[in-house]
Amino acid sequence: MASTFTRLISGRNTAVLLASLGAGTVATGLLLSENSTLAAEAKKMLYPPSSDFPDLRKHNNCMAAALTPAIYARLRDQLTPNNWTLDQCIQTGVDNPGHPFIKTVGCVAGDEESYEVFAELFDPIIKDRHNGYDPKTMKHPTDLDSSKITNGVFDDNYVLSSRVRTGRSIRGLSLPPACSRAERREVERVVVTALAGLKGDLAGRYYSLGDMTDKEQQQLIDDHFLFDKPVSPLLTCAFMARDWPDARGIWHNNEKTFLIWVNEEDHTRVISMEKGGNMKRVFERFCRGLKQVEHLIQERGWEFMWNERLGYILTCPSNLGTGLRAGVHVRLPKLSKDSRFSKILDNLRLQKRGTGGVDTAATGDTFDISNNDRLGKSEVELVQLLVDGVNYLIECEKRLERGQEIKVPAPITQFRK
Amino acid sequence: MPFGATHNQMKMKYSSEAEYPDLTKHNNHMAKVLTPAMYEKLRSKETPSGFTVDDVIQTGVDNPGHPFIMTVGCVAGDEETYEVFKDLLDPIIEDRHGGYKPTDKHKTDLNSANLKGGDDLDPNYVLSSRVRTGRSVRGFCLPPHCSRGERRAVETLSIEALASLSGDLKGKYYALKNMTDAEQQQLIDDHFLFDKPVSPLLLASGMARDWPDARGIWHNDNKTFLVWVNEEDHLRVISMQKGGNMKEVFDRFCTGLTKIESLFKDRGHAFMWNEHLGYVLTCPSNLGTGLRAGVHVKLPHMSKNAKFEEVLKRMRLQKRGTGGVDTAAVGGVFDISNADRLGFSEVELVQMVVDGVRLLVDMEKRLEKGQSIDDIMPAQK
Repeated sequence: MASTFTRLISGRNTAVLLASLGAGTVATGLLLSENSTLAAEAKKMLYPPSSDFPDLRKHNNCMAAALTPAIYARLRDQLTPNNWTLDQCIQTGVDNPGHPFIKTVGCVAGDEESYEVFAELFDPIIKDRHNGYDPKTMKHPTDLDSSKITNGVFDDNYVLSSRVRTGRSIRGLSLPPACSRAERREVERVVVTALAGLKGDLAGRYYSLGDMTDKEQQQLIDDHFLFDKPVSPLLTCAFMARDWPDARGIWHNNEKTFLIWVNEEDHTRVISMEKGGNMKRVFERFCRGLKQVEHLIQERGWEFMWNERLGYILTCPSNLGTGLRAGVHVRLPKLSKDSRFSKILDNLRLQKRGTGGVDTAATGDTFDISNNDRLGKSEVELVQLLVDGVNYLIECEKRLERGQEIKVPAPITQFRK
Repeated sequence: MPFGATHNQMKMKYSSEAEYPDLTKHNNHMAKVLTPAMYEKLRSKETPSGFTVDDVIQTGVDNPGHPFIMTVGCVAGDEETYEVFKDLLDPIIEDRHGGYKPTDKHKTDLNSANLKGGDDLDPNYVLSSRVRTGRSVRGFCLPPHCSRGERRAVETLSIEALASLSGDLKGKYYALKNMTDAEQQQLIDDHFLFDKPVSPLLLASGMARDWPDARGIWHNDNKTFLVWVNEEDHLRVISMQKGGNMKEVFDRFCTGLTKIESLFKDRGHAFMWNEHLGYVLTCPSNLGTGLRAGVHVKLPHMSKNAKFEEVLKRMRLQKRGTGGVDTAAVGGVFDISNADRLGFSEVELVQMVVDGVRLLVDMEKRLEKGQSIDDIMPAQK
């Protein structure tokens, strides 16, 4: 513990520093104050935004492209109602300069209000990431009516499995980068209580990560359901792995076709999946399950974070809108070797991944094909895009098998190309 | 973690039980000490710079520990952390530092003339000698909590102060972010380069934020005196050379440190220090002297002897592999250093290493000749 004498010494030396930096006696006195509010004020005077502006010269992510010293200066001292700051939003983008070929987003929201309070930074990032979508002027359509999907059953000779995922956040509770332990536990409680109300083919069980038996853990691994503590620095630098595995868990129905992750990268990640090509049924269960969960939480006075501008609010700006990735594992041995494959995918607004998920390479001829877009088109529109696209790819594959010609389709219109 | 100035107040909406961490599977000093009652008392407090009890313990919550190694499980964000959260930190310090009490006083002695011997360790056995410590600059938050502006200010001050060193201490600063490939390779070859922390113990406390901004390495032209800036502490100061002349290493260490301290004072800054805790550093395990004096020494016979551990314990020494903490020894060569940091002065700790290593080498020579070592077993220090 510092004696009065050493505190006096420290006071004098810090006073000399502050004086040399031009801070007056008032600022000096405040910085040494035991009152943290006054000390915070003095610190702002001593360290202007320019002294804190991050060095982004070697960076290649959406945040680094959008954040100017002027924007930083205006936003640095702002707080959301949950006391989340801009520095916390951008920490992951500062710590992860990015890859020369892949442009990551480089920032996260700590709460729903982050997208408002820091709109000056988030809006241009959203525009950059989501094909020119302008949150200031545009509205995002939500449509979970799965009956609208046509031609949604694929040829099982080509499509091995079908899956749709999204995320949902519970309004009023901070997001994974920012939440306290109590808030995170509250998210778990709200969601698990609601899921216990699901019936019929959706009835299921919750497995808390912390309380799992070895046997349960092995079963979840065998089912490819278990998620592990994040190791990607994109996530750990965004404070999302704090207090692991407290209040994290996995819920799934008895059939293992409807699955929910609790408190991983988002409050919830909701997944509907099955073997084979019946995407229509997968999406039907997805929509039905989501609506029932929403109804169950509303009965207890909760709701999902959603607004007209941005659709469903999730932690990463890349998942705004629908947060939806609908995809299949599909065999395309001939088409994948055709030089036009990438262009065809591009024009169909589809992306390919290896069957291990994002950043994996394809093994053999089987690819994970899914929608590129998340915001500005509804769930039904995006799933229909995926359905039409995969049907087109399978048609190309069959034509190539028969030695027939294939065509690159016209590009699907966007807000901007 | 630099949460907003009033984030703590928001957490007070929830009860202490709702916020109290689950420590049932934990084995670190913090988990042994932090009861629900203590958490309730401390959660409403914060240091003037806004560091809270949750910030202190985050690394210990995220890293339950190892069944065999007892980690500390908490860090300081500023000098005042040790005062505001003394209810938590005093018992941890007592447990970690051999019963050091909240009322005890720590002696600082950087007068290397007080060291007896130390220039006489047999270089056939002692391959290299090294002394390291850390220093924090008063008035700035520590690595877990500092803003970019503060970290850069610490770097600027350090560069200025170190640039004034002269004679055999004259040297050069290499900023991590500006390093050329040639410079980087040279620093790797010299075993000087430190990399971004990968240990989850450090990452979970927020020390790697904004890497490599304002981080760097300074060393003298002779490569015997080295300073790390803004790694785990504001400064880490290292004196080292091949062979067994620990006295020369310690002389240079004390001269260099004293000079650096006065250069900082000339610029209006003191190091964080007080009568009770000595030099204040980020991790409670490094309080007091923050000093680890050690040698790389060949002990192939002694290390296989049943009494090896007992001798180390009685001499207050610890062994590590030559890769540093948590590595295994290779080829019978061990890193032997002082186990203590707080409650003994720098001179006392280096004396223990000098006396202890001299004894270990004597024992090694006896065992080589097939002689017994029973009659030279030391008493417990």
